Amino acid sequence: MTVEMTDARPSLVTRPAVPPRTGEPKPAAPAGVPRLAARELQLHYGAHHALKGVTLQIPSNSVTAIIGPSGCGKSTLLRSFNRMNDLIPGVRVEGAIEVSGRSVLAPGTDVVELRRRVGMVFQRPNPFPKSIFENVAFGLRMLGLDDRGELGARVEDSLRRAALWDEVKDRLDRSAMQLSGGQQQRLCIARCLAVEPEVILMDEPASALDPTATARIEELILDLKGRYTLVVVTHNMQQAARISDHTAFMLQGVLVEFDDTRRVFTSPSQKLTEDYITGRFG
Amino acid sequence: MSSDTLRDVRPLPRARAFDVQGVSLTALSGLSAALIALMVAVILGDIVGHGWQAVTWEFLAGAPRNGMTEGGIFPAIYGTVLLVLLMVVALIPFGVGAAVYLHEYADPYAWTTQAVRFAVNNLAGVPSIVFGLFGLGFFIQFVGRSIDQGLGLDVVWGQPSLIWAALTLAVLNLPVVIVTTEEALKTVPREMREASLALGATRWQTVRYVLLPQAMPGILTGAILAVSRGAGEVAPILFTGAAYFLPYLPSSPTDQFMELGYHVFVLATQSPDVEATRPILYGTVLVLLGLTLLLNLTAIVLRARLRARLLGRS
Ligand SMILES: Nc1ncnc2c1ncn2[C@@H]1O[C@H](COP(=O)(O)OP(=O)(O)O)[C@@H](O)[C@H]1O
Ligand SMILES: [Mg+2]
Repeated sequence: MTVEMTDARPSLVTRPAVPPRTGEPKPAAPAGVPRLAARELQLHYGAHHALKGVTLQIPSNSVTAIIGPSGCGKSTLLRSFNRMNDLIPGVRVEGAIEVSGRSVLAPGTDVVELRRRVGMVFQRPNPFPKSIFENVAFGLRMLGLDDRGELGARVEDSLRRAALWDEVKDRLDRSAMQLSGGQQQRLCIARCLAVEPEVILMDEPASALDPTATARIEELILDLKGRYTLVVVTHNMQQAARISDHTAFMLQGVLVEFDDTRRVFTSPSQKLTEDYITGRFG
Repeated sequence: MSSDTLRDVRPLPRARAFDVQGVSLTALSGLSAALIALMVAVILGDIVGHGWQAVTWEFLAGAPRNGMTEGGIFPAIYGTVLLVLLMVVALIPFGVGAAVYLHEYADPYAWTTQAVRFAVNNLAGVPSIVFGLFGLGFFIQFVGRSIDQGLGLDVVWGQPSLIWAALTLAVLNLPVVIVTTEEALKTVPREMREASLALGATRWQTVRYVLLPQAMPGILTGAILAVSRGAGEVAPILFTGAAYFLPYLPSSPTDQFMELGYHVFVLATQSPDVEATRPILYGTVLVLLGLTLLLNLTAIVLRARLRARLLGRS
């Protein structure tokens, strides 16, 4: 199942120049088209059936939380949207995934361009062993931007958007490895923002951090809400309730429920969801 | 739980006062370590003791005289440095390139990949004289002669020379660099690769700007090993470019050259007066060791600084 590519939507194959710098909300996908969509998504790791027919639609510029017990396929689903699962040998994917209405599983898809538009923040902060500046500038340099002034402006802008600028503005040339875990994670978010993605996928972005650093990441997510489409995997249900507009509950590779966060937490339609959020298992 | 169970709990065996196995193992490994240290000390002591007087400014800066029983070894020092530098320049791109291909691009299960790996591992076990013969047959007689014929030259490339000797040494050291580079690439955390690709870097950009910089200390280790082995290997250059004696310094890659290791061999076996040559022989060995050490130290310092930078300590 793939969607026809029309002229109105430029193909993912054409590589754009450096995207314009803007803190404005990313333009929403065309009317009626969700930012992210999965239809009947099946994923196998060799013999292991990790996603069993997941179908969901995530609207533009909202926050979606994915919850569920460990091993239920949250990360796998998340990594399907920017095709990070491609890196794992023996993975088979069936069904359809669309970003702003464009198929990302089609053979001609430019995965490099896809990953620029669909950024990712990982569970463990993973800054490069380079300076703070070079970490944020990395994606832009890869797009061919060399101009010092332009790079500097964009780096500052990204660090501000990630609420890190004030803490690091005096030591941009110091190694990112010297930052605290929470700062490193915000640096990774800044690095991701620098290439102006439309979607940011976050895989348990605060699970390796202390409560204070976690609170700052949550604040940041709320701050980015409305301008980017965020999908956040979390095992922390209070966190999901605090930050998200929509919540997806997964269990053993199946999407059990996907609805407004308030509805999921107050009157879920599925018994399994209720059992999980009331702590009866998981 | 019955009271029996409690009474049944036996005390843990007490640690024996004298741990025979532990003590004998410690003694044995200590002994081997001491033995190695002793051998190195004896060899170094012998060389330094006999050689240090010979190493004068005239010795380092002069040319051999009087059938090599007098004079210095500057042409051999010059030739060795040139040879090793040329070797490294040829070796690192090929070795690193091969390692990057094997580790990042090749399908690990394809039979071609396995065959290449098998070949690399076996290459490491081939005696160095065989590399010398290979260099003669492949580089000089095949590549060199073809160049001469192609350019309509007399014998310019098709004879032993600096370039062919350096390339032969590079081939000899290829396995070392490939293996150490691959090991270094393996130690780069998967998170780094993912971080780079997730930012929209291409595979090549990830290799070039993330993996290789982090593998650099490992690559330098390979270079260090190659330099240690390259400076002083006589067999591979015997037929491919080293000269017994040259009245001039090499000025072109197609010139022959003198080399310290080969010079040691010549002094020890071909001298008209072996006794008279002995001090010079010791001095030459000392210089060869010192030169290798110097080249290695440079790379080691460079590696330490790179490591510190990667860990964010500078
Ligand atoms: N690289 C892999 N190879 C094989 N199985 C995997 C791999 N990654 C994840 N899995 C399996 O797929 C299932 C879903 O994993 P994951 O998406 O990481 O779960 P979650 O993020 O919800 O904890 C788990 O059973 C896990 O063991
Ligand atoms: Mg996970």
